[in-house]
Amino acid sequence: MSISRRRFLGWLGAAGLGTTLGTTARAATAKHFTGHPGAGGVLFDSTRCIGCRKCEAACNLVNELPLPDQPFDDLKILDKTRRTDAKTYTVVNRYDSNSSGSGPLYRKIQCNHCLEPACASACFVRAFRKTETGAVTYDASVCVGCRYCMIACPFEIPTYEYDKALTPRVQKCTLCYPRISKGMLPGCVESCPTEALTYGNRSELLRVARQRISRFPQRYVDHVYGENEMGGTSWLYLSAVPFREIGLREDLGVTPAPQLTKGALSAVPIVVGLWPVLLTGIYAISKRKDRISDAEKQQAVELAVTQAKTEAEEKLAAALDQAKQQKEKEIEMRIKKALEEAAKAQAEEAAEPETGEAGEPEAGETGEPEAGETGEPEAGESDKPEDEEGS
Amino acid sequence: MPEESATSGKNIFTPFNIVAGIILAVGGVLTILRFTGGLAAVTNLSDYNPWGIWIGFDLLVGVALAAGGYVTSAAVYIFGMKKYHAAVRPAILTGFLGYALVVLALHYDVGRPWRLPYPFIIQQGTTSLLFEVGACVALYLTVLFIEFTPAPLEWLGFKRARNIVVKLTMLLTIFGVILSTLHQSSLGALFLIAPSKLHPLWYSSYIPVYFFISSIIAGLSMVIFEGTLSHRFFKGKMDEEHLAEKDTIALGFGKAASLVLAGYFIIKVIGVAADNNWHYLGTGYGAWFLLELLGFVALPCFLYAVGVRDKNVKLIRWTAALTVIGIVLNRFNVSMIAFNYHLPSSERYFPHWMEIGISVFIVTVGLVVFRFIVTRMPILYEHPDYKGVH
Repeated sequence: MSISRRRFLGWLGAAGLGTTLGTTARAATAKHFTGHPGAGGVLFDSTRCIGCRKCEAACNLVNELPLPDQPFDDLKILDKTRRTDAKTYTVVNRYDSNSSGSGPLYRKIQCNHCLEPACASACFVRAFRKTETGAVTYDASVCVGCRYCMIACPFEIPTYEYDKALTPRVQKCTLCYPRISKGMLPGCVESCPTEALTYGNRSELLRVARQRISRFPQRYVDHVYGENEMGGTSWLYLSAVPFREIGLREDLGVTPAPQLTKGALSAVPIVVGLWPVLLTGIYAISKRKDRISDAEKQQAVELAVTQAKTEAEEKLAAALDQAKQQKEKEIEMRIKKALEEAAKAQAEEAAEPETGEAGEPEAGETGEPEAGETGEPEAGESDKPEDEEGS
Repeated sequence: MPEESATSGKNIFTPFNIVAGIILAVGGVLTILRFTGGLAAVTNLSDYNPWGIWIGFDLLVGVALAAGGYVTSAAVYIFGMKKYHAAVRPAILTGFLGYALVVLALHYDVGRPWRLPYPFIIQQGTTSLLFEVGACVALYLTVLFIEFTPAPLEWLGFKRARNIVVKLTMLLTIFGVILSTLHQSSLGALFLIAPSKLHPLWYSSYIPVYFFISSIIAGLSMVIFEGTLSHRFFKGKMDEEHLAEKDTIALGFGKAASLVLAGYFIIKVIGVAADNNWHYLGTGYGAWFLLELLGFVALPCFLYAVGVRDKNVKLIRWTAALTVIGIVLNRFNVSMIAFNYHLPSSERYFPHWMEIGISVFIVTVGLVVFRFIVTRMPILYEHPDYKGVH
């Protein structure tokens, strides 16, 4: 596949832009949010709770939830640990084995209305909203039903209408948002006969909680649960025993949920920005490598061809040379032979007339040695290279 | 055997067809139950366990195992490894079907599936990792579909349209790698928000990287694994290039998988060290974690290396299967086995048989469609009209 550089860059631009359009992710806020000013909350004092379940009944009533099988004045239900479900926004559990030494303790469970809710951060249709009142509300009209909020919630509060085929909703406490917006108290707070529940401004509630601790240091653990847990919650808890003994997890940490995913979300634009560059780079390198190896191959082929050519030429030249030398040698040999024969004949002639040496041989002597001197070394010289070549 | 039934049309009652037919029929019944009785009618999901195997297997495993598409097309078109060209089309097809089935499975899992486009058209919850997953999966499914279209277009003889799509190859490949990087990692990042629920040995701030890197391993292994199966069942559909490249692909991908597994092993150990989780290794979950890490990461890494050194294609194929099981195990651990580890066993999740039934049904749909396509379209062979034109 061959493509022009311009077209390729065009593609890249489209790839980068397209991805940004599709997945632009706004990183979750990094700032620590301490709640809307004046936002409400509830302080639950477990030392005052008597497990009467009046709050459960009120909650059921004001939220128009279906009545449970067992009536609310049946306290035997406290024998087993319960949790919120699709028909119950709040439950009270009894904790028999605790270190207080003064009998069972009770704790109410409901949505804690986090300052920076995990459910809201996790929801991909923004069905959850932290309102100015402090309540975290849920909008069923946009909910897809993925149940990621239930995975995300560290308090395991949201529940789901699994038995509804077409209109299942996530169900959870709304802090009686419709009531508190009208200036009324949440159902549970209003019904509590022992003032274990106090509704008010969250910062005010924190002051109240600390006051109680400092006034009765023997009665309370020196900690307000919910002040910092998961970045802070609108519900606050006081207890006589370590909070884990009344079913509140102490290992949640103080990091608000959105912070946990912030890093992963901020990686998105980086990947979108850098991957096209990286991938094009790799593509360009592999392409260049191909080109270079092609060029090298061609070069090698050319080199081989020229080498073969010169080698052939050299061989030819050498062969020609050799042939020439052989020819020369043959000629020399013939000359030599002829000369030798001539010399022999001369010598024979000379041997016969022994006396006639002084006069006649003058010409013979000058002629003969000359030929002998030049002839013989020449033959010797031409012999040598031939030997070398032969060896 | 299967291809005969598809092409001859004489005897449709082959063992494959009978089994597939039964599964599809049961799946149809379960589908009716699901959409008339709600999730409670067919699942063991609860308020503590909102995600079961439809997320753990169909979504997490499905997406990981469909990674062969982007891994192969990146290797061939971006890294220039042209000798693996024969692997591209089967990998793209598997990827496309894989993602299509993931989306199909999500229709069973979410409460109101017809609202699945809501996050894009009604309200965008951009602080959610699930939004990123949804957006990328939706876009990537589109990309895979376009990447896949040359095969049906060649089959149908739409030359011009086919050539236009082929010209987009490079763009689509880059797009696919970006989207895959994002959503493969985001599937792991989904669990970042629940540090109090996922066991510390599996929870790590590196979990998006783990999911991304292991998706490469899954992709490479699936190409080998699936190549083996295709060769067994669709040998008659393969052309010379596919048959010739078969072992080259196994060796090359096996080598790459061995390397990536080694890197994955190292970053997993770094993860344990970074959070100082060594003391958990002595617990029951620790033993389970070590089984995953040693038995399904270190061991396949070693076996792949041996297989490549000895040119033992058979060993590589078995190792590919082992690696795929390891990926399944990892996704199950993160989403179900090590998730909610703090709850008493009475509150823990175990899938209802009907949940498993729906998952089997969806996989079967995939197999049937895969078979339909490879027995008709130029997937395992090059269309004679386009031979050598890449």
